[in-house]
Amino acid sequence: MTSSDPFAPVLDIQDLHVDFPTGEGAVHAVRGVDLQVAPGEVVGIVGESGSGKSVTALSAMGLLPRQARTRGGVRVKGQEVLGVGERALMGVRGRTISMIFQDPMTSLNPVYSVGWQIAEALRAHQKLTKAEAFERAVQLLTLVGIPRPRERAADYPHAFSGGMRQRVVIAIAMANDPEIILADEPTTALDVTVQAQILEALKKALEETRAALLLITHDLGVVAGLADRVVVMYAGRAVETGSVDDIFYRPGMPYTVGLIGSLPRLDSDGTERLRPIPGSPPSLVGDLQGCPFAPRCPMRVPEICDLEEPALRPVASQEAGPHLAACHFADKVASGAAGPIFAATSADLSEPALAEGAP
Amino acid sequence: MTEPFVPPSRTDEGSRAALTEGDLDVTGLSGGTQSAPHEHPRAGVEVPALDQHGLDSQDGKVKGQTRLVARRFFHQPMAVGGLILFALLGIASSVIGHVWKYSYSQITNQFAAGPSGAHPFGVDDIGHDLMAQVARGVEKDIQTALLVALIAMVIGTTIGAIAGYYRNFADNLLMRFVDLVLSVPILAVLIVLGHLVSRQAGNWFWVAVIIGVLAWTYVARLVRADFLSLRERDFIEAARALGSTNRRIILRHMLPNAIGPIIVNGTLTVATSIILESTLSYLGLGIQPPEVSLGTLVASGQSSATTQWWLFVFPAGFLVLLILCIFLVGDGLREALDPKKTRVRA
Repeated sequence: MTSSDPFAPVLDIQDLHVDFPTGEGAVHAVRGVDLQVAPGEVVGIVGESGSGKSVTALSAMGLLPRQARTRGGVRVKGQEVLGVGERALMGVRGRTISMIFQDPMTSLNPVYSVGWQIAEALRAHQKLTKAEAFERAVQLLTLVGIPRPRERAADYPHAFSGGMRQRVVIAIAMANDPEIILADEPTTALDVTVQAQILEALKKALEETRAALLLITHDLGVVAGLADRVVVMYAGRAVETGSVDDIFYRPGMPYTVGLIGSLPRLDSDGTERLRPIPGSPPSLVGDLQGCPFAPRCPMRVPEICDLEEPALRPVASQEAGPHLAACHFADKVASGAAGPIFAATSADLSEPALAEGAP
Repeated sequence: MTEPFVPPSRTDEGSRAALTEGDLDVTGLSGGTQSAPHEHPRAGVEVPALDQHGLDSQDGKVKGQTRLVARRFFHQPMAVGGLILFALLGIASSVIGHVWKYSYSQITNQFAAGPSGAHPFGVDDIGHDLMAQVARGVEKDIQTALLVALIAMVIGTTIGAIAGYYRNFADNLLMRFVDLVLSVPILAVLIVLGHLVSRQAGNWFWVAVIIGVLAWTYVARLVRADFLSLRERDFIEAARALGSTNRRIILRHMLPNAIGPIIVNGTLTVATSIILESTLSYLGLGIQPPEVSLGTLVASGQSSATTQWWLFVFPAGFLVLLILCIFLVGDGLREALDPKKTRVRA
């Protein structure tokens, strides 16, 4: 059943739980994530390593490792993909939902020319002759900005640079005109100078296919430039969701504040210290009690934070559009009444050598 | 309200200009970016009109994968030499078998004579013309070797691929079966079965089948190991993410990546099978007189290598030549199928 409602979400994740059994007990990689992606919408998922970003995305593709235990529902254009057989997934994968992997060095098959690989993706879902598929492949390569696409289509992945390969991967992802593209850290493995070009190619692909995009990254700059809506994940849960403006200007969760504070800012005078988040994420083995961020949170109130895990609640916000945060003091944080939450890095470095004109 | 967050600017024209890509030509880039506006982007096959900039290729034709492999193969002089020599050996041996005045089983009126005008390779102790015998041996060895390699590679690749791709139950079952086959002493089986088939005419076929059925285990282990590592690679996951079936992933995405070791092992199997066959024949259980193979000729000639050198040198020389050809061709194929290793000489 594919829904005909044009506004129905293309990706609808309901209360998703993913556990990985290990020797010391189950690792709760994802602990109840709700996420809807509307047609054409760009949603960014940010969070540090191990926060469950990639596992959430992989579950939407049905690509979780076999030992993963899942609960909840994941629907792609109305079709359930969680726990259904490979055969049912095949019609969805590539056609309705496609994926861009992190490392373009390994996500292309080394023994086939890139033109062949794009044609292969096309022919998996469309009735095309080899020549037609090749023509379309050349057009896709043109679209993602590969110079001399007709000649380059006959080249093998090793003859391409990382950025060029990622363009090819984007071309493959958009080949069958999907409804939604999942991009799992598409720029992480690339040179910073190439990242902007890849984002351009990605934007172009979205324009062309009018697909929605679920962008998984830990690069806040990428999210700010591309996303309509942001989901911040921590310890297997969404801890804050909202528009880009809400998240960056009025964060309602200390973790989000910390993430933004640990980035250098271009609007400051350059002498301001970064404000890192101390500590590391909790182990996801066994049950957590209280707010998972509490041990690292400077705003912790033991009587509240250590006992009850806060749910995602609307933040009193001036902006229109839903802005939810999972913090007992979300309103205080969002209004800025809490002041600077995280301390700057060590005091003995508070006067940068640069300011004194030292070499 | 907190101070505005300004994300690092990444999309300015400056960084676009600072392209560091390999061989980027400006014409090609402009050809890529100034494509016509797209009226119906949702229409699937509907694509922007292409302008001619940067799209000219050498011949404008779709190059088949097989054609590329063939081209890369024929750019390797050693491999081509091996193939030509192999073909010459095959043709010459069957031609000589038909037109030469002596047949391989015919006993001439001379015996134990060295090379001469009438007998270019000499005559053995009981009067067989050695050239006829060597030609017959080469012919039979090529047939045996190809049959063994075919059987071993087909069985071994199939079993190894299934075990490596599906793992778990299939893997356990098939690999324990491989262990079982490996634990059987080949020579003992060959002796028992060889005895059964040695009485029949055309028994080289059965000898080849027996060797092939016992030699596939190495190929299976190799292919399984390769598949185990390949299945974890990102491009296999990417193929799955594109909706490819298991069958398609195995045949079109994984097998071509494993073809190098399979071919190398196949050529080794050919050499091993020739040696095994001659061992068997030496024991009197393989190919039976009056039928000959290079193995039987070397075996009978080696005792007189110092006195009647031609009985040893000719069969052994052709045996070495044959195996060398197979190695060269196999090596060339491996190079041609691996896009990274090839240095195409223009």
